[in-house]
Amino acid sequence: MFQYDFIQNAFAAAGIVAVVSGIVGYFLVMRGQTFAGHALSHIGFAGATGAGLIGLAPLWGLIGFTLAAGIAMGVLSERISNRDIAIGVVLSLALGFGLLFLHYYTSFATQATALLFGNVLAVDRATIATLAVLGVITLVALAAIMRPLIFASLQPELAEAKGVPLRLVSTAFLAVVALAVSECAQIVGVLLVFTLMVGPPAAAQRLTSGLWNGLALAATLALGEAWLGIAAAYYTDWPVSFCIAALSALGYFAALGAPAWRRSAERANQAA
Amino acid sequence: MTVVELDHATLTLGWRTVLADASLDIRAGEFIGVLGPNGAGKTTLMRAILGLLPPSAGAIRVFGRAPQRGDPAIGYLPQVRTVLPDLRVRGLDFIGASLNGQRWGLPSLTPRDRGMIEETLDAVGARDLARRQLADMSGGERQRLLLAQALIGQPKLLLLDEPLISLDARHQEVAIDVVRKTCRERGITVLFSAHELNQLLGTLDRVLYLGNGRAVLGTVDEVIAAPVLSRLYGTEIEVVRAAGHIFVMSRGRDVETSAHQHDHHHGDHGHEYHHH
Repeated sequence: MFQYDFIQNAFAAAGIVAVVSGIVGYFLVMRGQTFAGHALSHIGFAGATGAGLIGLAPLWGLIGFTLAAGIAMGVLSERISNRDIAIGVVLSLALGFGLLFLHYYTSFATQATALLFGNVLAVDRATIATLAVLGVITLVALAAIMRPLIFASLQPELAEAKGVPLRLVSTAFLAVVALAVSECAQIVGVLLVFTLMVGPPAAAQRLTSGLWNGLALAATLALGEAWLGIAAAYYTDWPVSFCIAALSALGYFAALGAPAWRRSAERANQAA
Repeated sequence: MTVVELDHATLTLGWRTVLADASLDIRAGEFIGVLGPNGAGKTTLMRAILGLLPPSAGAIRVFGRAPQRGDPAIGYLPQVRTVLPDLRVRGLDFIGASLNGQRWGLPSLTPRDRGMIEETLDAVGARDLARRQLADMSGGERQRLLLAQALIGQPKLLLLDEPLISLDARHQEVAIDVVRKTCRERGITVLFSAHELNQLLGTLDRVLYLGNGRAVLGTVDEVIAAPVLSRLYGTEIEVVRAAGHIFVMSRGRDVETSAHQHDHHHGDHGHEYHHH
């Protein structure tokens, strides 16, 4: 299958995005903010369709809206970001706006499915370059805040007392998430960002201890699921995003079953 | 030498005055039991000493100067403890995340940090917790881990906010013992807040009782007396001594036990965190 350019492009793009999503998603899961990530992607949908309306590439609308929304959520954090209902209302509103923008820009409607469910097989070289640059920016920003981010996630009360600027850290992190969501939506669409940003890291957290092991496994799982998904789609002719979503769910549920097996193994070790 | 000094200090949260015009001195090496009904301001006072809440009037001085946020000479065990159930994190990494956790960049744990953590865990008799998973620890073990964390970096002042919550009676005694032993050895000043006075009776040097916007600091006999406590609770209080125990009663009910049932709604520090 690698004789086709579009397959090569799909593997390259999905590879970049999966690694970024797995790593950023690890912290999203650690902080219990997965729903906020989901909301950001929906807000991105409004941005992408809005960008189409004014003649910009959807990716820039996606980035602009998710970044603005991520920063707003961070600044209002104590009031909004952990309130499921407020987030739910905002994300529905955003999807509604996306629909409205589509309504006024009818020729764009054919792109709606691609935005909602992704279209990795249509990625071109220029997009891959953009994704690579964005990916590097995202990971560098995450690396810069990683230490206080972990402290603030594990023990917010103590972190505050020790001088960690909680609000700044959480706002910067949501901006990082916004970038990752924008990239992820290019591959699996705004409705399915969970498949790469939450499924693999959540599975990784159940299977590993230690930050670096966890991050490595989250990135590896996301990468494996994305690539296997594309290959599966190539041979079955099913949609790529479905295949990735199915693999992601499979990986997560397999990991859910693992701790029981793991504990009994640990017990056996201690007994020996 | 005075470690903590309140000089006509007033602490307010929003519109509520938690402490009005309070003056007191806590001396070096003292073990202070901080008591009082829910919402009396135990957590708020500790946050003020940490420099997280400047007094709206008067002054607070810690080690003779204004409190400084992130002061390494203060060890802190906060009351609201976020628990992340799904995350598998070892005791060593959990404490490691708090060492220099305010610095930017990637996390790292040097051999020196590792040695420091293990040494402190050893001091509270919890060496094996370094390799154990946080999620698999009992309440008592987790508390010990947090106590070890508060002791890292040789603090001179230890603020322990309700460290006995969620521990059974036996583990409560063990926890008090560990704090007493370690702090006496190192000459650390301790503010230990609790709901129950009796367990601390053999350990504390003086009692700081908060209530009704007031703070009274003194020996057990000075503070745990009907007239003083009646003022702090704003209601008729009786103090009953029996079999080496002291019971603080209001209309025939023990105020400490009835307060204890409301532990989990304790929110006198102005923040809400997500409990999972």
